Amino acid sequence: MAKPASSIAKRADAIWNWVDSRLPVSAFWNATMTGYQAPKNFNFWYYLGSLALFVLVIQILSGIFLTMHYKPSAELAFASVEYIMRDVEWGWFIRYLHSTGASFFFIVVYLHMFRSLLYGSHRAPRELVWIFGMLIYLALMAEAFMGYVLPWGQMSYWGAQVIINLFGAIPTIGEPLTEWIRGDFFISDATLNRFFALHVIALPLAIFGLVLMHLVALRENGSNNPDGIEIKANKDENGIPVDGVPFHPYYTVKDIFGVAMFLLLFAFVLFFWPEAGGLFLEHDNFIPANPMVTPEHIKPVWYFTPYYAILKAVPDKLLGVILMGLSVMILFFLPWLDRSPVKSIRYKGLWYKIMLGVFAVAFIRLGMLGMAEGTPAQTIEMRVWTFVYFAFFILLYFLSPGGKTKPLPERLTH
Amino acid sequence: MPTDGVNKKRRRFLIATTSVVGAVGAGFVAVPFIKSWKPSARAKAVGAPVQVTLDGLDPGQMLKVQWRGQTIGILRRTEETLALLPEVDADLKDPESQVSEQPAFAQNEDRALRGEYLVVNMHCTHLGCVPQVIPEVGPQPFEDNWKGGFFCPCHKSKFDMAGRVYKGVPAPTNLRIPPYSFIDDTTLIIGVNPEGAV
Repeated sequence: MAKPASSIAKRADAIWNWVDSRLPVSAFWNATMTGYQAPKNFNFWYYLGSLALFVLVIQILSGIFLTMHYKPSAELAFASVEYIMRDVEWGWFIRYLHSTGASFFFIVVYLHMFRSLLYGSHRAPRELVWIFGMLIYLALMAEAFMGYVLPWGQMSYWGAQVIINLFGAIPTIGEPLTEWIRGDFFISDATLNRFFALHVIALPLAIFGLVLMHLVALRENGSNNPDGIEIKANKDENGIPVDGVPFHPYYTVKDIFGVAMFLLLFAFVLFFWPEAGGLFLEHDNFIPANPMVTPEHIKPVWYFTPYYAILKAVPDKLLGVILMGLSVMILFFLPWLDRSPVKSIRYKGLWYKIMLGVFAVAFIRLGMLGMAEGTPAQTIEMRVWTFVYFAFFILLYFLSPGGKTKPLPERLTH
Repeated sequence: MPTDGVNKKRRRFLIATTSVVGAVGAGFVAVPFIKSWKPSARAKAVGAPVQVTLDGLDPGQMLKVQWRGQTIGILRRTEETLALLPEVDADLKDPESQVSEQPAFAQNEDRALRGEYLVVNMHCTHLGCVPQVIPEVGPQPFEDNWKGGFFCPCHKSKFDMAGRVYKGVPAPTNLRIPPYSFIDDTTLIIGVNPEGAV
């Protein structure tokens, strides 16, 4: 039996060589995986990038199957989602996979972005990695918003009403612009239909392209690490960084472990707590859209509420919209706002730890206030945290060049 | 490849003109796609006036109808309500409706053709939610000294019983008044101005 086995192996080898000499499979694998040296000191925060990619795959897969039963029409949309939930075999599973996936996408992305603030991953030479990441974040927000409109429940309808009317605050072109976005004089079937098209084709393609650019730019300079020093500065005689390990198998195995842990948590929510008490799927969205009645307490899904709080804190329409837009856009400039000589929080003084801590509290508090009822006391608190939110960026710019730092190590620490 | 004798100037000129022609072409091709997003002919056609009977609408009650996809409220106001209107003038952004949107006949204190009936576009001028009508005078969770009016649940904008916006809220202008007229004492037509009016 030995002879045929080896001849099969030989044949397989020949086929493989045939392919590899026509498509650069092994060259690509070597350049991006086995030959790619990553810093050896990655910690928990370095799971999140691969997890974001994993959630993207979940969303695309579950999304494809949802479109097979969903009807993008104002008449039929709500009922078709109920149909998926009740009549389609395993339809509830696919739908909850998609809705839970949306929220987890943002959990992962927010932590992934926070990692940059911790270790300065957005600093030179990785500014473009950050910019592409921010563009992914913007596209993801648009994708999530449009996806939320599709079930055509009360929150879908009134959420769309509020968000589209934000563009109406722009002087002169505002009104025609909102009409153009809606494709009608009010939120209607035309709006739903085009949001469906954008949600299932245009934005996923854009996100896919941006993720590719994010990764290509990342591989060009290699990952940052918790020490924020460049491993390429210290190479052995073969030109391999002494503090590097091949991405495969070291980090592929680590990331698979991360995915497994993530799935434990994800599956728990998916099976036992898919609405997350109204956080992931809002109660009012189980009522069909009614253009005559606005729900008593309208708020966006949790991942938008920090920005929504900033909008609510400002008692002026145009200024509120501008400030809200600015609160997202300012993140693009982070690589140039942090001017500290060191990247990682490990070698920055107490000043940065306090600032980042307060900023994180501000973001979370704004998120909580954004979904609250809005008493006068809460409005004042929102204004305070809005101020703190913007103060972080301004202080960072002015304090970072002179802020106290500790000496950087020669090699990665453990 | 030999590059002597290449006319670089001409080559640059050709690249530039080809790029410009290509960009202009792309611009023209974009027009149909951009225009396809505008309200369609069908969406524009749906806009006929709506007739409403006011029979059975008691004082203090509100009726909601749809006109051109907008929610239009018809609120029957009492004498007391109308008498309270001037009292809040000082707290309003635009008490005389100078910058707000309404037919000329409604640019008055009660913002109506006939004071008894307020006909109003119910969409908040902030971001388009439909405010709740709270005609009761007295303390409310959002306002201790409430004189009756509209309260928007989305961003806490407040309006008086004539749809006039209060100061210190995000809505920039008063609630819009649509064109309307009376056919007889109990029939209203929304979308048509009274004869002779602008």
